[in-house]
Amino acid sequence: MTIEARFRVDRGSFSLDVDLMLPSRGVTALFGPSGAGKTTLLRCIAGLERLTDGCVAFDGEVWQDGRRFVPTHRRSLGYVFQESSLFPHLSVRANMEYGWRRVPAAERRIGWDEVVTLFDLGPLLNRPPEGLSGGERQRVALARALLTSPRLLLLDEPLSALDAARKREILPYLERLRDELDVPMLYVSHSHDEVIRLADHLVLIEAGRVRAAGPLAETLARIDLALAQGIDAGTMIEATVIAHDEAWHLSRLAFAGGELRVPRCGRAPGERLRLRVSARDVTLTRTPVGDGGVQDPVPVRVTEIAPADAAHVLVRLDAAGVPLLARVTRWSADRLGLAPGVDVWAQIRSASSPGT
Amino acid sequence: MLSPQDLTALWITLKLAVISTAILIVLCVPLAWWLAQTRSRAKTFVEAAVSLPLVLPPTVVGFYLLLLLGPRGAIGGFLEEIGVGHLAFSFSGLVIGSMIYSLPFVVQPLQNAFQATGARVLEAAACLRAGPLDRFLTVSLPLARRGFLTAAVLSFAHTLGEFGVIIMLGGNIPGRTQVASIAIYNHVEAMDYASAHRLALVLVVLSFSLLLAVYAINRRFRVVGVQS
Repeated sequence: MTIEARFRVDRGSFSLDVDLMLPSRGVTALFGPSGAGKTTLLRCIAGLERLTDGCVAFDGEVWQDGRRFVPTHRRSLGYVFQESSLFPHLSVRANMEYGWRRVPAAERRIGWDEVVTLFDLGPLLNRPPEGLSGGERQRVALARALLTSPRLLLLDEPLSALDAARKREILPYLERLRDELDVPMLYVSHSHDEVIRLADHLVLIEAGRVRAAGPLAETLARIDLALAQGIDAGTMIEATVIAHDEAWHLSRLAFAGGELRVPRCGRAPGERLRLRVSARDVTLTRTPVGDGGVQDPVPVRVTEIAPADAAHVLVRLDAAGVPLLARVTRWSADRLGLAPGVDVWAQIRSASSPGT
Repeated sequence: MLSPQDLTALWITLKLAVISTAILIVLCVPLAWWLAQTRSRAKTFVEAAVSLPLVLPPTVVGFYLLLLLGPRGAIGGFLEEIGVGHLAFSFSGLVIGSMIYSLPFVVQPLQNAFQATGARVLEAAACLRAGPLDRFLTVSLPLARRGFLTAAVLSFAHTLGEFGVIIMLGGNIPGRTQVASIAIYNHVEAMDYASAHRLALVLVVLSFSLLLAVYAINRRFRVVGVQS
């Protein structure tokens, strides 16, 4: 179950040279700065852009190789563009029916009612697209793409044209889509928050080349990649809500390495939640300092150390299988005697659930 | 009221406008579509050629068409040989002349309308399983509908006012090629101002109502401009 994509093009100012083998399950984020070639790669996979030197195959079905080029409309994919691409001459309902009617009934795996419910589209169905807000438009665009029951959903920065409030409004829908429908997604983004909230797999793209690819938490914690990000380096941990502490407006969360307190989140106890832990917010100590005023310390083992700048080092840690990064001064690293294999205690001073 | 000969001239004018507009729109759709999509260098050349009837004196257009369609012209001569007969001084010749004369008035609104549609919605349609013809029929055409209306009305109104091309190519044969604008000219030549007045007024009212309709529709739907 894989997506294979290999493309090479050199247009002087822009070049792309990628050879990717991606899991055709879950959400794969294509992450990188603007102009890195993420969108071009996605368009090539969709067949919207035709490069002579390229191959794409989805689960063994060849979409493009040296001899063949399957046109976009014969590829079982859905595509959501950066800005709304709704048909202005059709109502919301007719927009959604456009792809739905072009797929034979026997091939429909995703139901109309299911999609309408998932994206809360009932009240919008009879409206024209021009009256919708940016967030509503993207919900319709997502629904429209899903109604063709695509085997692969391609999302090109679907939130980038929205303001922060609209992003917060759409993100939960994307999570529901990921959790409730079994449609693999390729998600182009240059936002840490979106990647951490949604992705299972991460592909880092820089200047038309694949810098790294792998499972999200591990790839984020790769020290060589984290160094390049400077003070923004951080990792993702997946936690479960244990309980809410209403008096202090906090939530208690558990992850493999231990427990955390974060500002009261909207999830119910038992629900899962992804947190971003910045390397700057992890403090290391030799002994479990538990004076009650900070988070409970978490036992960790140092796996890797690299100099970050003149005064700091970046330390990769293992907390019962969960990778973490800590950015500490060289001075404290020396005092703590940090070296690969050394066991220390980590205090996660803060962890945030992105986009909430 | 209008004399029977004036009525005939008016009828020929309307028939000419309807027929040439209809054929022109059908023929211009592929051309306008190509101009809206292409990145070919030939585009500039073709655009300039399409606009030529806007700036050339109608007599020049008519003159060349007369040479081309006449009994010794490249097209007319060929048609003579295969027994169809040449096209100068015929209604068919007038249709061809009107089409060339109104070409920019049809190509430009259609091209603008197709361009305004943009590539994005067509790509979206392709990602929703619509093939090229399907996309054209279900997305491009409906989104360009006001461009079609503008093109049709402009071409129709422009043909109503045609004079130079017709006098060169069609002559002035009452009942066959004499159109309203030429009938007016004849009345004035004959010092029959009253008849000229009546026919002229009919043309003014007709043309104005048509243009009024286009501008009103354009305004209501904030459309694609009448000219580029």
